[in-house]
Order: sequence, then structure tokens, then C-alpha cells
Amino acid sequence: MSRTQSRFWLILLLTILSLVISLPQEINLNPHLFGRSFNVHLVRPDLKLSLGSYDFSRSLDIKLGLDLAGGTRVTLDADMSSIAPENQADALDSAKEIIAQRVDLFGISEPNIYSQQAGSAYQIIVELPGLDDPQAALELIGTTAQLEFLTPIYDQTSTESAQPELVDFQPSTLTGADLQKTTVDFDPNTGQPVISLQFSPSGTEKFAQLTKEYLGKPLAIALDRQPLTAPIVQSEITTGQAVISGDFTLEGAQLLSKQLNAGALPVPIKITSQNTITATLGADSINQSVRAGLIGLSVVVLFMIAYYGQLGLIASVGLFIYGLVTLSLYKLIPITLTLPGIAGFILSVGMAVDSNILIFERMKEEIRAGRAWPVALELGFGRAWDSIKDANIATLITAFILFNPLNWSFLPTSGPIRGFAVTLALGILISLFTGIFVTRTLLRLFYHGPRSIKLFSSQS
Amino acid sequence: MNWLKYRFLYFFISLAILLPGLYSLWSFGLNPSVEFTGGSLLEISLENPSPDQIKDLLSPTYSIHSLNHDSSTITLKLDPLTQSQADQIVSDLKTLDSQAKLISFTSVGPSVGGQLLTKALTAIVIAALATLLYIAYSFRNLTFGFFAIIAMLHDTLILLGSYSLLGHFFGFQTDLLIVTAILTTLSFSVHDTIVVFDRIRELKNKTTSSLYALSNRAITETITRSLNNSLTIIFMLLSLALLGGDSIKHFTIALLIGAITGTYSSTFTAVPLLVTWDTIRRK
Repeated sequence: MSRTQSRFWLILLLTILSLVISLPQEINLNPHLFGRSFNVHLVRPDLKLSLGSYDFSRSLDIKLGLDLAGGTRVTLDADMSSIAPENQADALDSAKEIIAQRVDLFGISEPNIYSQQAGSAYQIIVELPGLDDPQAALELIGTTAQLEFLTPIYDQTSTESAQPELVDFQPSTLTGADLQKTTVDFDPNTGQPVISLQFSPSGTEKFAQLTKEYLGKPLAIALDRQPLTAPIVQSEITTGQAVISGDFTLEGAQLLSKQLNAGALPVPIKITSQNTITATLGADSINQSVRAGLIGLSVVVLFMIAYYGQLGLIASVGLFIYGLVTLSLYKLIPITLTLPGIAGFILSVGMAVDSNILIFERMKEEIRAGRAWPVALELGFGRAWDSIKDANIATLITAFILFNPLNWSFLPTSGPIRGFAVTLALGILISLFTGIFVTRTLLRLFYHGPRSIKLFSSQS
Repeated sequence: MNWLKYRFLYFFISLAILLPGLYSLWSFGLNPSVEFTGGSLLEISLENPSPDQIKDLLSPTYSIHSLNHDSSTITLKLDPLTQSQADQIVSDLKTLDSQAKLISFTSVGPSVGGQLLTKALTAIVIAALATLLYIAYSFRNLTFGFFAIIAMLHDTLILLGSYSLLGHFFGFQTDLLIVTAILTTLSFSVHDTIVVFDRIRELKNKTTSSLYALSNRAITETITRSLNNSLTIIFMLLSLALLGGDSIKHFTIALLIGAITGTYSSTFTAVPLLVTWDTIRRK
């Protein structure tokens, strides 16, 4: 098998693979054959790969951004004025953790919560997909965390058992304001992760009082009225330094520490900007953009075939493979598709054709200069490469700056701009592959030159 | 073909398009969206919007910066609001029209807006500088890079100018997407200029003719490719602008202006400037 042939099989394999990934997960077919109708129901399984300890699983659905799926995006400003500079990063982390927990309470699927530092301002950005009426969620998200220490209440009337029954907890005077900071440490004897609590002077006094009164009994800690943990008091603690030990995993200990810190380092947060888009508006946008994209694409294909004939047809096949590979990568990476992202994709389709136009124009020139078409084909690809490379690198540079991968705070970190940059960059890279590798292989195999030149070239 | 014989005509066409835009930028400025200025934008669907009634209803309580409407929706620009205030406005409007429904709501605090503008401008400057460095490196020649950047600047100013005019006469807003469109225009413009310059460089190594003759030949050899490439991009963008949703219409129109001026400036601004500069230098 020649190299070109093996490349062709590789391309065919890739195309089929991309086709399977690109198609919707469930397909219903009702073909009528020989007067009988069949009902074919095809379901593609989700992708699950395991390589050693690395798991790769994808649901293979396109992830839609808020502008397409509908939902609410809020930016919260965290007021750090009362937090010591060395604790600010921890405080922001905790505030973020608390918001994540509150969002969880609303049962919102796949929320997106991240923090960023813009100049001296600390911000938390919360994206809640599919939430049309965000009023209740926003009220809860925007409040400052409340950490309380609760003391147990026992049923005094019960006489049947020797031990009084624990019925409820009640808030004590000890609150998050009395806690200075918590950290995750390791027990020197067992190596188990534990959480160290450091109380303020006023807290030390209150905590000593509580541990004396409730020795051997549980003390519950609750955040926003949600119980976090209820450790049993082992001894009276007068130093203001306590340790919560238990069967913690490292992650579990870190989460609890963050939750406690949210109470210890309460950061007032305030909604400074908000953007809500209803799901119907999003769905309309998708349908319109997809339809516009398909029509635009058909015009491009017609133009290429009308102008370049057979060459244009092969370029269009390349473009089709380009579309499939791109869509599959969106699903595999996965890329959250936004409206600007769709625009970036459509723009990159135009640029994908450009590589082919550059090459075909070069080929025509070489043929005009009297070269046989197989030579012209190779020369066309070779000579066009310099222009293609320089032009695409320049576009990649812009995409890189727009994407801002290092999160430089002096450049935009906004979702829509990133969405555009990532689809543009991906589009350019894939178009280099399909426009050059795929089209060249297909041309070598299936293109036998324009008829008039074929006669001429067979003699040379 | 002697393309460069008419180079002063090309400069004149550029100026004829640039000047009205620059005048508009100078006197009307841009129409910045709430993303940059701070404030809130409410899009509400109504059965029969009547702007006057809505104004009468809302103006005692809120300061209305602008009110646009079409057959089924109104767009209100107000000071920053909270979600509950926005919900209140919609329930107020229900007294006029029981079908009133909030479609989209954006509210931006004033400080956030300022930051964004600075960042966007920084991104544009950095992208331009990075491109200049890349061309200078790739062509081993700063002059090529310089004129590619001039062509790029030409396109940016045309885009900004047109946007100022569109903003003044048709209420087009300059938002974050427009900044993205400017950056795309920059890269598209350079993309196209590089192809022509690349051909000039190639011919320079092959023949000993003057830069004037070389450039004429380079334009002849690249103009089909340049036009065909632009046509495919313009087909895609035009279909998006005409058939795509309202939310990206302005964005695609900006990209369309950018694609057209980007194609024009490579052949008819960058190359003629390069040749003119070369003629002046030789004298």
C-alpha cells in the first residue's frame, strides 16, 4: 500500500469516527423497504476510557453557554477591607466554596463558579444555566456567610433509658466572628488530616466555657443553618486552640476548613453585575445561527465548485471533514459553545477555504507556466505553504491574546471573548490539517487534471 | 497590469471613507453598551408596545437613558438595577400589557465597565505589537511590518468610524463583541496583507526589477485569490447577518465591514504605501 493510500484510509477512519461523535446520541430511523417498515433505534454509548489512574469520560453532548442555553450570570464583588492581606486569598476561596454550596441547594445542574482578581477588586463570577427566574437564588447567594456553634439539647423527661436522649441543637453565643482562622494539619501520631481552629481572645473565653459545660457531649457547627459537623468535646480547652479529628480524607478536611473559614473570615459580597437570558431566546439564537451557517456554507460550496470545478468539489469534501472533526473536538475537549463561539467557527470555515484557494491559484499558475499537473499539484502545495503559515500564525497570535490563557489581569478574561478565541484558534489548526493534509491526499488519489491538460501532460 | 498607476485614486477612496467616520467619531463618539458604561439593559417582550405609555409609566421612578422598540419587544436602558427591581418593572408593565415578559436582563456596576474598556484596549495594542514583531521577524524587514500595521490601523479606524455612524443614526451599540470584531479585523487584515507581501518577497528573490514593477506583478498574481477568499468569508457573514439571530446581527455586520476593508487595504493601501515610500526614499 502506498503512502498516499494509507493516508487515505487514515482520513476515512478519522471521518467515520468524527461522524459517529458528531451525530446526535439517539437516532430513530423508519425505513420502508420492500413494503415493510423497520424501526431502527440507534443509541451511541457514552465515552469512557481508563488508562491507569487516568479516567477519560465524556457524555458527547455539546455544552452550551448561557447565551444559548439561557440562564443567569452574576459578578459579585468581595469587600476585603476587613480582611488581613495574607488571608485574602483564603477568604475569597471560602466565599466561593460557600456560594457553590448555596447554589447546590437550588439543585442547579452544572453551575460554573470562579473567582478572579481585577486590579485591587476580588470578584466571584457565578453562572447558573437554565435559571429563568433567579430572584430567590440571587438573594441567597448575595448574603454573607453565617457560622454558628450549637449546643445540644437533651430530652430531660425521658426516664426509660439511663442516658438522656439528644433531641436538638440550639445556637450558642459563640459564632464565626469569634473564630480567627482554620487550617488543615496532620495528626503527628496517625498522619490523618485534622482541622485546627484558632479562636480570637473573646472566642477563647466563650469556647473554654462551652467545652467545660459540654465535656463529653457533641458541639455542632452550622453554616447558613446547615449543619457541617458535630465533634464530641474530648477535654476542656482554655488555650483557644482546638483540633477536630475524625476519619477525614484530605479533600474532606480541606472542604470543612474552607467552610469554617467562610465564617471566620466573613467577606461581605455584593452583586455588581448581572446578565439573565431566557432559554427561549437562547434556543432561537441557535436555530437561526445554525440555519444561517448552513446556508452560508452551501453558498461557499457552490462558489468553490463553480469556480474551481473538480478541484472545488474535492475542497468541499475537505470542508465537510473539517466540519465533522471540529464538531467532534468541541464535544471531546469539551468546549462550551457560545454565540460568539459560533461566529468564530463560521469565520474559521471561511478561512479554511482560504488555504485551498491559495493552493489552487498556485497550481493554476504552475500549469500556465507549462508544468504537468502532478508537478503543478505538488508545487502548488509547496509554494503556498509560506503564505498559509505566516497568515495563520498572525491570526493564531490574536486568538492567543484574546483567549488570555495565563489569566493576565490586564487582558479581558470574559467568557464570550474566550469562546470566540477558542473556536477561532481551533478552527485554524483543524483547517491547516484538512486544507493541506486531507485535500492533498484526496487530490493525489482522485484528481487526474483538467481534461485538456491531461492529454498534454501524458506526453511529458 | 499597472495597478499602481492609480495609487492616488486608492488613497483618495480610503480618505473618502475614513473622513466621515473620523468626523463622526470626533463629534458623536461611539454608543457604548452598558458593559462599558455601567447601567442596566432590559429586553421585554410585549404584545403591542407603546413607547409613550411606557415612558409615562416608568419615568417618575426611573431615569430612562434610552428606549428602543420593535413590533414585539422593547429595550430599556436604565441605571444599574437589582433583579427584584427588574422584576418590579415587568410587573408594572403588566398593568399596560398582561403579556409583558422579561427576555433578557443585564446590569453592570460602573466600576466593572471601566475595567473592561481598559482591558479591551490593552488587548488590541498587544495584538498589534505582537503581529508587528512577527512580520518583522518573518520578513526580516521592519518596513513590511510597518505598512502592514498601517493598513491594519486603517481598517480599525474605518470599522470604528462606521460604528460611530451606525451608532449615531441606527442606535448600534459598541459592546464587548465589537471589540472582538475589531481584533478579528486586525488579524484578517494582516492575514491578507501577508499574502501579498509574501509574493513581493518571493519575486524580489527571483528577479531584479524595481519594487514598482514587482508589486504590480504581485498584485496581479494574488488578486484572484484575495477576492475569492474574501467572497467566501463574506458569503458566510452575509448569511449570518441577514438570517442569524438579532443577538449577533451587529457583531456580524462589524465583521463584514472588517472583512471588506481588510481585503481592500491589503492590495490598495499597504502595497501602494510601500511603493510610494520606496519612491520617496530613492529620490
